[in-house]
Amino acid sequence: MSTTDAAGRAERRLGWALCAPAALVMVAVTGWPILYAVWLSFQRYDLKYPDQREFVGLDNYVTVLGNQYWWTAFGVTVLITVAQLVIEFVLGMALALIMHRALIGRGLVRTVSLIPYGIVTVVAAFSWRYAWTPDTGYLANLFTDGAPLTERASALAIIVVAEVWKTTPFMALLLMTGLALVPEDMLEAAQIDGASRWQRFTQVMLPVMKPAILVALLFRTLDAFRVFDNIVVLTDGAQDTSSVSVLAYNNLIKGLNLGIGSTMSVLIFLAVALIAFLFVKLFGTAAPGADDDGRR
Amino acid sequence: MRVRERDRGAVRRAVALGLAVAAAAGVTACAPPQSANTVNLYYAPEENLQTVVDKCNDQAQGRFKIVYHKLPRDADGQREQMVRRLAAQDDGMDVLGLDTTWTAEFARAGWVREWTGEDREQAEAGTLAGPLESARYGGKLFGAPKNTNVQLLWYRSDVVRTPPRTWDDMIEQARRLKAEGRPSTILIPGAQFEGYVVQYNTLLASAGGRLISDDGTRAVVDEGAVRALEQLKALADSGLTSPSMSNAQEDDIRLEFQQGEAAFQLNWPFVYPSMQEDAPDVARNVHWARYPSSDPDRPSKVTIGGFNLAVSRYSPRPAASFDAALCLRSAESQRFSAVEDGLPPTIESVYSGPEMAAEYPMRDTILEELRDPAIRPITPAYQNVSTVLSKLLSPASAIDPPRTAERMRTEVQNALDSQGVMP
Repeated sequence: MSTTDAAGRAERRLGWALCAPAALVMVAVTGWPILYAVWLSFQRYDLKYPDQREFVGLDNYVTVLGNQYWWTAFGVTVLITVAQLVIEFVLGMALALIMHRALIGRGLVRTVSLIPYGIVTVVAAFSWRYAWTPDTGYLANLFTDGAPLTERASALAIIVVAEVWKTTPFMALLLMTGLALVPEDMLEAAQIDGASRWQRFTQVMLPVMKPAILVALLFRTLDAFRVFDNIVVLTDGAQDTSSVSVLAYNNLIKGLNLGIGSTMSVLIFLAVALIAFLFVKLFGTAAPGADDDGRR
Repeated sequence: MRVRERDRGAVRRAVALGLAVAAAAGVTACAPPQSANTVNLYYAPEENLQTVVDKCNDQAQGRFKIVYHKLPRDADGQREQMVRRLAAQDDGMDVLGLDTTWTAEFARAGWVREWTGEDREQAEAGTLAGPLESARYGGKLFGAPKNTNVQLLWYRSDVVRTPPRTWDDMIEQARRLKAEGRPSTILIPGAQFEGYVVQYNTLLASAGGRLISDDGTRAVVDEGAVRALEQLKALADSGLTSPSMSNAQEDDIRLEFQQGEAAFQLNWPFVYPSMQEDAPDVARNVHWARYPSSDPDRPSKVTIGGFNLAVSRYSPRPAASFDAALCLRSAESQRFSAVEDGLPPTIESVYSGPEMAAEYPMRDTILEELRDPAIRPITPAYQNVSTVLSKLLSPASAIDPPRTAERMRTEVQNALDSQGVMP
């Protein structure tokens, strides 16, 4: 009894010892920067004035949360996220259904549809920018005589289009794994019971796919909320098109204001954490690998 | 026992070998192979700078060997790379190419060394006052002006008979040309970026206005500043600009001008050699004049740009670095860069050099502007001030002069105090 106990303990200790380096590295590379950002956010700290560093408590939070640029950027971020998500979901679902039912060249269809996702965002963004610039582009004069990237509404729309173009394939892929979960015989049974095509889709397929759909939406929401590259290349935040990430970058890297910039980073971190929390708690999104009921 | 002893020896050898391999890998991965007198120059991409570097290395006879590392093409990217590395006290950078507006910032943060003694005397000798002013901070010299820069009015001599002297005259001429159906567009870089702030600063200085107090601590934003806002607004509302004005940077308008629909272009002299190469048909008819003024009674005061060479605080080889920097900005090097890359020299005597007349025909107009230039506010917070200004000025059509000026006052003040949020 005692020998097996001792052996068990030794085994566990060995287990911990073997895990420890990896765990420590994880803490060091992810935990430490987050803690350091939180610590910086309580300070007045501008790299240009290294001698004026001081602790200011929540002052930076008051400054950022009371600033109209921050809230404009926040609104833009939410708008881009929601618009993108809705469009991507509809398109992605359509694409997934097509790919799922493709009879010939299924592999080829799937590969081809993934190409936009494989292109580096910045590269794609540059080609979008040239396409939408009068004289150099083929899209600019399609709708108006002006330059669509210089007007706020059309610039935002173009940003959303660029994002949708890039990540719809990824959404489709995630949804396709959900489609694979729907048992054929269940659909056949519904058909025999007289369910129309639309009813089969909404009342059989969607409920079965729910876990996959929520995971797909969670991933894409978190991704979309951090939108950065497309905005920087297409407008560089002109005409009030900055997202919160662009604003944080401007203050932190361009402005060298570590205090204000870190405050923004912490706020973005909190927003992302809140989104993940809402998805998991309210909608019961399952983490990949979790049990069927979606809660762990 | 003996066995264990032998084991330990083997382990020790293995560890030693591992460390040696890691160390060797580390050395080769981090630093380029270099000798004790290597001077690492970090500078914006400049087409023929490598030739200047080679010439200096030949002349140095072993005192230093400059290695030219190209920074990113855009100004923000250049500054960010240097700032990131200097903040981490990187000793791999020796000579830095600083845009004139960064000198105060780098000096205040303690990232660059002061020029003193004989080096300082050499850097100042014969150098134009304006560029020298932009290399100073708090009465000390922190950079040796390598090249300066100043914008000109480029126009099509086949459609414009006499170049406009004033801003209003330029708009008027363009309006007439448009009515006649001839090339009429006025091209100006109006994107939300530093180059647009340069345009504003020129209009402001030409109107005799001021934005920031002389000591660089207070936002002033006076009448002249409002007048300059009115002029930008008038241009944007005239319908004579390019539709992509508010998304266009300097190179964008150069390309647009080369397509032949424009009559006027407000831009740096780099457009001249570029046009000769890319669009010789248009280039044949392109002439230049002093940047138009705001005020018919006095000539324009044009914002200067350019680069200063500074020596990093963390450079392990300061003496060789100052030496190398002086060679890179010598009169000989500047003459070469003027002819080959279109860069205006900072040493006045170079302008009267023999081959300049043929190769650098706009030198007299440039020198005329350089003798009475406008300098952008000298403050460590310039980057922040500029970001705020470009935001408030963009798009030009949305400017509401008195209201925009009021917002400038508060937001520029915040930027100077490194408080508030940059847009």
